[in-house]
Amino acid sequence: MNIQEINSRLVEKFGSQITGQNFENPDPWIEVSVDAIADVARFLKSDPALAFDALNNLTATDWFDADAKKQAKLGDPRIEVVYHLYSYRHKHHAILKVKSPRWRDGVAGQLPQIPTVSSVWAVADWHEREAFDLVGIDFVGHPDLRRILCSEDWQGHPLRKDYEFPLEYHGIRAR
Amino acid sequence: MSLHLEDPRVIEFDVRTDEMLVNMGPQHPSTHGVLRLLLRTDGEVVSQVIPHLGYLHRCAEKIGENLSLPQWIPYTDRMDYLAGMNMNLGLSLAAEKLMGVEVPAKAQVLRVMIAELGRVASHLVGMGAYGLDLGTFSPFLYAFREREIILDLFEELCGARLTYSYIVPGGVTHDLPAKITIPPGLAQLTGEKPTLQLSWIDACLRFLNWLEKRIPEYHTLLTENQIFIKRTAGLGIMDRETAIDFGCTGPVLRGSGVDHDLRRDGEPIYTRMYQGYQFDIPVAPFAVAPPEAVLGDNWCRFYVRMMEVVQAIRLVRQAIEKYPTAEGTHRIPFKQATKLPRKEVYLETECPRGQMGFYLVGVDANNPFRARAKSSSFCNLSVTEKLCEGCLIADIPAIVGSLDIVMGEIDR
Repeated sequence: MNIQEINSRLVEKFGSQITGQNFENPDPWIEVSVDAIADVARFLKSDPALAFDALNNLTATDWFDADAKKQAKLGDPRIEVVYHLYSYRHKHHAILKVKSPRWRDGVAGQLPQIPTVSSVWAVADWHEREAFDLVGIDFVGHPDLRRILCSEDWQGHPLRKDYEFPLEYHGIRAR
Repeated sequence: MSLHLEDPRVIEFDVRTDEMLVNMGPQHPSTHGVLRLLLRTDGEVVSQVIPHLGYLHRCAEKIGENLSLPQWIPYTDRMDYLAGMNMNLGLSLAAEKLMGVEVPAKAQVLRVMIAELGRVASHLVGMGAYGLDLGTFSPFLYAFREREIILDLFEELCGARLTYSYIVPGGVTHDLPAKITIPPGLAQLTGEKPTLQLSWIDACLRFLNWLEKRIPEYHTLLTENQIFIKRTAGLGIMDRETAIDFGCTGPVLRGSGVDHDLRRDGEPIYTRMYQGYQFDIPVAPFAVAPPEAVLGDNWCRFYVRMMEVVQAIRLVRQAIEKYPTAEGTHRIPFKQATKLPRKEVYLETECPRGQMGFYLVGVDANNPFRARAKSSSFCNLSVTEKLCEGCLIADIPAIVGSLDIVMGEIDR
């Protein structure tokens, strides 16, 4: 199935939960609402015509710039989570995207919540831990959401665009 | 039952074993770098394995956001440092996909030749180090003897032995040298004069001829070795569904019987490179497998790598044949200061350890807005917890070693 067919199948099933598409990008993607992502993921894996049994990549981007002019070019400040899927049975690809506010309830420091897909694809367990660690996303329902690359007492999420490197770490000068 | 202290056996059997938490690593020779495995053991039996990563985290993705794509290439060398060429290739292709350019035929031939030679070097280390994990020392020395010559050839090509930065967006940095001194190791092994001058291609062909004859020896040393079979066959069994679910790729996936290789099944920008080449994709189960071997066990994963060496040599030979008639130059301009278009691309390539992916986001700036390196070893390692459940402590190096991980790539 190509991305248009996958998209129409998802729209048919989930309706307004499919919030947008971009088919012009070299890798076309489908946008899904935050609340529906786990259900959409489960459907994509279990539906025999889609059968997306593999999650190749899961990552997130912080669309933020402290400069208001540059921010205007980036669109609204937001976090985007990208899911690169592949089906070994049908040999087709799909890319899902979830857009979420940068902070929960607009309060800086409160991580945005996105439902986990780790129960759908086991590999998402570690990918989500990495996205939590580096970008700062609270994957709701994740069985063991703790840091994976940074040490457990690290402060902040380094791939946030407004991240400030700590002055020191356990007495070691860091900057 | 009362204790009879006179009889020592009674005491011995009355002692209950306690559950213990044991750290394996981060400085453990068989964890292939700085990986810490926290084992919950009861005697020799491991009930749980918790991997702790990040000891080699060097913020590659954060650095990538502050560099242009050609500037990020040297950082990819340091991800999977045993296959720097293949890492370079992955990022270069992703950059070219983002910019919508394609390199000339000559650059493509050079890329195939070098990437496959890199695969041979990487699998040689994988093979040798795996032997080392299981307590046999000599295959490691042989593997390094052979790899040394490949490194010498790479050094003649681009000046570096480990961190090449040879394959760059737009092609490769240098064409093949017309005349080199024979690598010392090769001169010694083939009995040539160490001052012999020959073309790079001649040196490479001489090496391949020599290496091909050695492969049966490795099989005798490891593959058919009864001790090796006892340590690997029927252990660490991973079925097809588990392998896919945990995102395993490369030899680990093919060892579980999934016929998938991006050189054949990948995206056009990558598979075009391999068009017109004859090569097989080794997939378990194998007819030559010992009776103890089970689909998806350590032995299968190891054997896939061994067979891939043979196929990689075939590919290098074909690339060498194509090289003299390949059209175009080895490099087209790719400016350091190029505005990356407002697009997002993700590209995976078949690296020796699996599918390495690069995700790049351009926002009309020179530097990518987001530069993500998806590591294959990272996903391959995530299955450890499941594979090691209920095994013996001594089997952990055998299982983790068969996944052939490189921590530099996992931690980035």
